[in-house]
Amino acid sequence: MSIADVVASVCLVAGCFLCLTAGLGLVRFPDVLNRMHAATKPQVLGVLLVMTGAVIRLVGEPIVWMLVLVAVFQLLTAPVSAHMVSRIAYRRRHVRRDLLLVDELGTPAGAPLPTRPHPEHPEGDPDADEPADGPEATPRTIS
Amino acid sequence: MARVTRLRRQLPLLVWLVLVWNLLWGTFSWANLISGTLIALVVTTLLPLPTVQTTGRFRPVAALRFLGRFLVDLLVSSAEVSWLAFRPGRHRSAIITVQLRTDSDLLLTVIAEALSLVPGSLVLDLDREHQVLALHLVQVRDQAHVERQRANVLGMEDRVVRAFGSAADIAALDTPGARTPETEGTERMSQR
Repeated sequence: MSIADVVASVCLVAGCFLCLTAGLGLVRFPDVLNRMHAATKPQVLGVLLVMTGAVIRLVGEPIVWMLVLVAVFQLLTAPVSAHMVSRIAYRRRHVRRDLLLVDELGTPAGAPLPTRPHPEHPEGDPDADEPADGPEATPRTIS
Repeated sequence: MARVTRLRRQLPLLVWLVLVWNLLWGTFSWANLISGTLIALVVTTLLPLPTVQTTGRFRPVAALRFLGRFLVDLLVSSAEVSWLAFRPGRHRSAIITVQLRTDSDLLLTVIAEALSLVPGSLVLDLDREHQVLALHLVQVRDQAHVERQRANVLGMEDRVVRAFGSAADIAALDTPGARTPETEGTERMSQR
């Protein structure tokens, strides 16, 4: 087993581990915004590491370039999709405001939140969510 | 004449499309180059996009600094989020607004993309007119930590602009506007 093989194995295992933690974060984190963090950082680095390991193993084959492309597009698209999802989640108020230390976009931290009757069940009843266009509960739109 | 100008503006996009085509085939050959060029021309003609105003600047040293710091930050923030996923108990998050100093579509896109991957932040919204960015921070301990993160965001902007920005963009970094990032948040809150 050469040094390249060792490096490739380490990259592959570490990448897989990071993807596992990303999945774990998706399950364990309390709200959509936190979950999107799990879906971007460990996920992207995990894919990058898996691709690096694969490139080291497959160097010289034409498929290597496609793996490079996968890594590039992962870097380009993951933040955009996470942004779109979290933006909609914010506007639909799928946000655990009770877990926020600071909220400079909406109500100040600690203020009573009349729109969230069951803070324990943030995703409980989607129909209970008013559209973000509602008159008084509209989060400050900066758009 | 207008056609030639348009083609020249589209040139970076064409080069990128040809490159992707060649990478997908896995080999650089004349056949791939020619077919890629043809397909790129067809795609840009049939599906025209508004041209991106490029700054046309690229500073290798500053870009390397940005890239190196980006990779380190990616490692750190991945480790942080992984630890949060494993750790028992809950953490506190924060939503902050940051006043940026850059006024360029392309640079703001790069900044927002990079910020979503590193330092524990996620872009929620961007007020294009006032260059105010709304971010979600995954974990904050106290107010001082929030301010540190805000400084990190501005540092990221600084590195991106110094790598890809024009001279005017860099000058804008050193002359902050009337609204500083510190007063911005309180102003916004007191307006309510």
